[in-house]
Amino acid sequence: MALLNEAIRKEVRGALADVKQPVALKFFTQAFECQYCKETRELIEEVAALSDKLTAEVYDFVKDADVAQRYGIDKVPAVAVIGKKDYGVRLYGIPAGYEFGVLIEDIRMVAQGDSGLASETRAAVAKLTKPIRIQVFSTPT
Amino acid sequence: MLAHQLAIESDLITADMVEVTEFPYLGQKYEVMGVPRTVIDETIHIEGAVPEPWLMREFAKVL
Repeated sequence: MALLNEAIRKEVRGALADVKQPVALKFFTQAFECQYCKETRELIEEVAALSDKLTAEVYDFVKDADVAQRYGIDKVPAVAVIGKKDYGVRLYGIPAGYEFGVLIEDIRMVAQGDSGLASETRAAVAKLTKPIRIQVFSTPT
Repeated sequence: MLAHQLAIESDLITADMVEVTEFPYLGQKYEVMGVPRTVIDETIHIEGAVPEPWLMREFAKVL
């Protein structure tokens, strides 16, 4: 059974219509799929089907440990949104509710390779000299 | 959302959006009582959704 109904599929297809560059959704799961691993995989595959620029790739957290390590994946379910390079955009847990909107917006931004941030913010970020990890905790609403 | 924008802007920034009910141990570790809660480099904790300039002020502390 599809997770996304026809109305949502239509909306997402529209939102992804101007995506011109390839984007890969690298999904990490494990053999005994975790609480929402199966649903997350189905969701990612359904979203990927809505744009010919999108591909869904499924990796096993254990068997593909080298890939997980390359993308810094430390728990599952995980989705890395990869454009012409790896921008460091990750989603852990099922991207449902608010986070579903974030996923779609991530795909659009990663395809364009543009953050859309204010010029002052861009200038501040350009001063960074060491790697930084930001974690944002949310709940499905 | 803003965190992901920052990740796209800088090669040095990685941004994780974490659905905390699926990872309760992280909720405990980072004392997540309300969402969203932003944790920068384990040291800076921000409660609630913050506008861009505010986040940048916090950010300045790790620069």
